[in-house]
Amino acid sequence: MTDMQSQGDVFFVRQEVLEAEPPPMRVHGVWPWMCANLFNGFGNTILTLVGAAIALWVVIPVIEWTFINAVWNGTREACAAQPEGACWTFVKANFGQYIYGRYPDPERWRVNLFLVLMAAGIVPLAIPSAPFKGFNLLYVFIIFPVLSGFLLVGGVLGLPVVETAVWGGLFLTLVVSFVGMAMSLPLGIILALGRRSKMPTVQWVCVVFIEFCRGVPLITVLFMAGILLPLFLPTGVNFDKLLRALLGLSLFAAAYMAEVIRGGLQAIPKGQYEGAQALGLGYWQMTRLIILPQAITIVIPGIVNTFIGLFKDTSLVYIISIFELLYTVRNSFSDPTWAASTVPTSGLVFAAAVFWIFCFGMSRYSKFTEDRLRVGYKR
Amino acid sequence: MSVTDAGRLNVSRDRWYNNPLYRSILLQVLVVAAVLGAGYWFTNNTITNLHDRGIASGFGFLSQRAGFDMVTFLNVTAESTYGYMILAGLVDTIAVSILSIVIATILGLIVGIARLSTNWLIRTIATVYVETLRNIPPLLVILFFYLGVLATLPDVKNAIQIAPGFSLSNRGLFMPAPVVGPNFHLVAIAFLVSLVIAFALRRWAFARRMRTGQTFPSGWAGLAIVVVVTGIAYVASGDPLTFDIPVKTRFNINGGWDLSPEFTSLFVALGVYTASFIAEIVRSGIMAVSHGQTEAAKALGLRGGPVLRLVVLPQALRVIIPPLSSEYLNITKNTSLALAIGFADLVAVGNNVLNPTGQSIEVVAIWMAFYLGLSILISIAMNAFNARIALTER
Amino acid sequence: MKKMLVTLALAATATFGLGVVVAQAGTLDDVKAKGFIQCGVNTGLPGFGNPDSTGKYTGFDVDYCRAVAAAVFGDPEKVKYSPLDGTERFPALQSGEVDLLVRNTTWTMSRDTTLGFTFAGVNYYDGEGFMVRKSLGVKTVKELDGATICVQGGTDTVTGLADYFKKHALKYTPLVIDKLPDVNAAYDAGRCDALTTDRSGLAANRLQMKTPDDHMVLDEIISQEPLGPVVRNNDVQWFQIVKWVSNAMLDAEFLGVTQANVDDMKNSPDAAIDRLLGVGDNDFGKSIGLGKDWAYNVIKTVGNYSDVYDRNIGPKTPLGLERGVNAQWNAGGIQYGIPIL
Repeated sequence: MTDMQSQGDVFFVRQEVLEAEPPPMRVHGVWPWMCANLFNGFGNTILTLVGAAIALWVVIPVIEWTFINAVWNGTREACAAQPEGACWTFVKANFGQYIYGRYPDPERWRVNLFLVLMAAGIVPLAIPSAPFKGFNLLYVFIIFPVLSGFLLVGGVLGLPVVETAVWGGLFLTLVVSFVGMAMSLPLGIILALGRRSKMPTVQWVCVVFIEFCRGVPLITVLFMAGILLPLFLPTGVNFDKLLRALLGLSLFAAAYMAEVIRGGLQAIPKGQYEGAQALGLGYWQMTRLIILPQAITIVIPGIVNTFIGLFKDTSLVYIISIFELLYTVRNSFSDPTWAASTVPTSGLVFAAAVFWIFCFGMSRYSKFTEDRLRVGYKR
Repeated sequence: MSVTDAGRLNVSRDRWYNNPLYRSILLQVLVVAAVLGAGYWFTNNTITNLHDRGIASGFGFLSQRAGFDMVTFLNVTAESTYGYMILAGLVDTIAVSILSIVIATILGLIVGIARLSTNWLIRTIATVYVETLRNIPPLLVILFFYLGVLATLPDVKNAIQIAPGFSLSNRGLFMPAPVVGPNFHLVAIAFLVSLVIAFALRRWAFARRMRTGQTFPSGWAGLAIVVVVTGIAYVASGDPLTFDIPVKTRFNINGGWDLSPEFTSLFVALGVYTASFIAEIVRSGIMAVSHGQTEAAKALGLRGGPVLRLVVLPQALRVIIPPLSSEYLNITKNTSLALAIGFADLVAVGNNVLNPTGQSIEVVAIWMAFYLGLSILISIAMNAFNARIALTER
Repeated sequence: MKKMLVTLALAATATFGLGVVVAQAGTLDDVKAKGFIQCGVNTGLPGFGNPDSTGKYTGFDVDYCRAVAAAVFGDPEKVKYSPLDGTERFPALQSGEVDLLVRNTTWTMSRDTTLGFTFAGVNYYDGEGFMVRKSLGVKTVKELDGATICVQGGTDTVTGLADYFKKHALKYTPLVIDKLPDVNAAYDAGRCDALTTDRSGLAANRLQMKTPDDHMVLDEIISQEPLGPVVRNNDVQWFQIVKWVSNAMLDAEFLGVTQANVDDMKNSPDAAIDRLLGVGDNDFGKSIGLGKDWAYNVIKTVGNYSDVYDRNIGPKTPLGLERGVNAQWNAGGIQYGIPIL
């Protein structure tokens, strides 16, 4: 405004000086935080109170059951006398069985060695900055499986043979999920490439296979692999049952994996394909050197999520009497020397905790990669 | 890749086996041959095996008497045929799937929204819920619910009486079953007619509001019409409805309708489990809606609830639907876990048919065909819904 | 990529070392070639087929597997066990995954005909029985009118149950569960009023309840359940071997030849014992493709019928099953060994 004189006449300009506001409340500390986040407004206060009630209603009994009233030592009598608390001593007594199944006692070091070898391959693979990724992949996909196969089955170097029928527990769950993961990834890549192929027959075969596997429950696939497969093979040709289950599970998981990887392939800009072709690369060279490395990196979170699903699905191989962790646990309930009312729940909680730790770990890893990848796309 | 390499590549294109077209044809022929060959090989082996070992085959067993009892929604007895038994199993599978889908969707929506709540406590509870459930196998969730239900509820003798005719025990929730009288169809017709009138009223009110801006309480009026018309028809036709009230016998409670612990724990467990996935889908869907939309809606004077209901969710739905339909497919497939707790779904019934008949190939084929059929149906329905809500661009 | 896949596939096959077992000739030759018998047994039924915590299988049925191995190889340890549940057992035998199925399997006409099997004898005459809570005050099966009954799916018990209740015009609600531990858990949680299975199995199931003393097994038996070893019906020689091993164990008991005295009995003046044990010129093993001391090996290493019975399920074991109908025919039972002559 150029005319300073007229200022006093404008009705929307305040004439008098405002009174001082009270000093601001403390903005740090517990109480102000609660005011700002929990009790800001009537609706939110109600929600908070209801939430707190639910939380207390669930948390207090859980803590009481899991820790305060739990039986940590002793025998069946101790558990039978305390029906209000978990029977951890039962889990402790069966711990060996839960980890190793019925793998014979003197041979259990082989399982331990297997677990160490597995960790030695997977941990560095999961750390992005760890060196020797090429060798690491070779180890995880070829050296380690062959080595641990001989180690666990035996029959070489004086190791006694341990039949797969006595394998069980967490160790078998890990074997099944590892093989499923290691097989489903390459198979899934092949299927995904096939589905995006320009050759109609290749495309159709892949589409039918993928959609079929994704349309039926795993249980029916396992039935097929475990019970029917021998009937489909020539007379007298037989696979080990565990091997058949692994085959079924791997093919099933491969179909899901294919869809994840297809998502990655679709996300690669067309320029990448054209650039590769302009360099004179053939289809396989282009796929191997340019497309897949980018596509797979993008979908690592999706791949890990598929792995989580697969890990949980291993709990279904019990359908064809393969004693993975959950079935080992459930089977131990019928041990008459441990008959007490809290035993089944304690066993199931233990199994749930083990599954949870593995799956939660994997999902955190997936989150970590997601965040790491996002950094690259930030401008 | 050096120039000489590229030059060599060009030269070698002259050979027929380096021609992409021939290569593609050759590869396709190989693939077709491999698929057909494998198919032939497996079929041939199977036929030889079945024949050599004198195993009967074919679907003739479906019309034979089953000879065992199961509890399903359709009324089956030992006199029913195997085919009818399997059909009953399919109906059960569909019933569980629908209920689980409803529960999972509602709960998933609530938890997903709660995950984004400004209230720290609500947000944390939702996060704990999601992170706990989605990281344990569904089979474990089902077993927990089942054993939990059985452990908490009293036996029949000490059944909890909720209301006259309603009782809760470890045999299930029993309630009176309405028994339809001879004139009941009149009431049903009246109900349908009143429903049509109510909808017509609603359309009219909406059209009028669009035209004039005047509102009309069409919801309440419609409800009143339905209640009054149906009520009059009910009284006029002479009280056609009676109730079959469950009676406690020496062992069980008989009569009426009941929700068995197996059925209840299966659909609740699957609903609660899948809700943890749906919550994440809902959350990411809501987060995908640009913040400007919320701000604009608030600027228009809408409050929190309407912002969510009228602006954010309809847009989020476009992101939510595709992954949501794959969760619905998962629920349908996961109902096969009923086998573990003795609910007579398709797989559990098939399992019992498989034993006396020995027709394992046929039963597995039936399973797969039915599940594939269900999956395709759900996919078609969800795709149609997706097409309807998709963003229409000019 | 392709090379990697091929290597991977080979690696996976090599890993499980078992790869593919190809067999062409008869079962006996196959078994001799691979050096062991693949025997299908229960996944866990104490007394009949049950692995201990180290994976070693023991039980009445398991001893039949061992007896056949003793007859073929002279060594009862040359057996590998495939734990099978009710649904898996028949496809496993049909497909040749197992050479022999001894898994408390009931001999029925349809299994003998349409499934392509042959039963090699009856090693245990069983019947379907019931377990109830003592507090119910039920004494007979007929009192269970209107009850909920837990039963394992994929067995012929479901059929026996339906038949009986229909015949007597009784009502019941079945709860059919797939795996035995789950059936037990549901019954123990009070979901059912009664649990039904083969009478022999009930004794073992009762022990697995939280408080076994709260439960009782009803005396009544509602069906015939002759249990026995099963083979495929396309190999007569293998069938003969299993059948005659089974008979030799019964004959041995009848003739008084036990695991303890079998060496002394070689000098017995009884010609029937000489024929059984292959003493002198007697070589009955030849007719079924085995050595002359086939039955001697069975009795020496595994035992006769009563040795096996008493060791696994007899009155002195936790199961405590009396011989009853499974006694020899001259001791009030119906077990009758076909003579070796």
